[in-house]
Amino acid sequence: METVLTFLKVFLVGGAICTVGQILLAKTMLTTGRILALFVVLGVVLTAVGLYEPLIEFAEAGASVPLTGFGYSLAKGVEQAVDQFGPLGIFSGGIAATAAGVAAAIVFGYLNAVLFDPKTKK
Amino acid sequence: MEPYETRRSREAVEERNRVYGQHVKETMPKSNLLSGCIKAFLVGGLICCIGQGIRMFAAQSLMMDEQATNMFTCVVLVFLGATLTGLGVYDDIGRFAGGGSIVPITGFANSVVSPAMEHKREGLILGVGANLFKIAGPVLVNGITASVVYGVIYYLINLF
Repeated sequence: METVLTFLKVFLVGGAICTVGQILLAKTMLTTGRILALFVVLGVVLTAVGLYEPLIEFAEAGASVPLTGFGYSLAKGVEQAVDQFGPLGIFSGGIAATAAGVAAAIVFGYLNAVLFDPKTKK
Repeated sequence: MEPYETRRSREAVEERNRVYGQHVKETMPKSNLLSGCIKAFLVGGLICCIGQGIRMFAAQSLMMDEQATNMFTCVVLVFLGATLTGLGVYDDIGRFAGGGSIVPITGFANSVVSPAMEHKREGLILGVGANLFKIAGPVLVNGITASVVYGVIYYLINLF
């Protein structure tokens, strides 16, 4: 039962965040790239003011899978690195915390781009 | 003679604009905002639930700690997003779901693969290498810069 409730929270919160993206897409002239960048920066800002952490605790993947969660990782990484290394952590923290995802994107991106050709649009 | 002609043509222009405006209103798909939002909500929520499934598998079956679980989930979702883009499936999902497929991390993976695939003809080192970051680059630049700005603020707050 608890699992069902968790998935329900994940579905509702994740769906809601994506709906915000859809509204921006439909109502403004923002391109995909701008929306992605906006969501990441928004995630950093919301984490900085302490609003995103409670959402992660509440909805887990519902908050961490959307790109605002990527911003959350960046901000949390910086906090931890500053605590650990002092001012140098300002530079190392963000990339260190998101390194796995970025490296995965580069490698799997490279592989797929080499292996596959773009499909012709029907 | 002249003013009459001008007025006539202005009226004609107004009439044409009115007719054209009406035509556009009739032909444009009826405000897709609601159905678009529902589709984005469903697909986005579903992708997050897949992520939650991966999280639970990592934490419970692979006995990973919190940090490893986060990384594992991120890597698997990026793999899925990149591979589905390569296979041409993610574009179909995108046409249906809009924001529901762009906002999750799988959409980030899609934005890495798509332009790289398109520019393959420019070479595997420069064509693919540079275009992997065509959309992802601005995302990383802005995100990392924001995190550094926050790092400075966080450091200064903790000094006092």
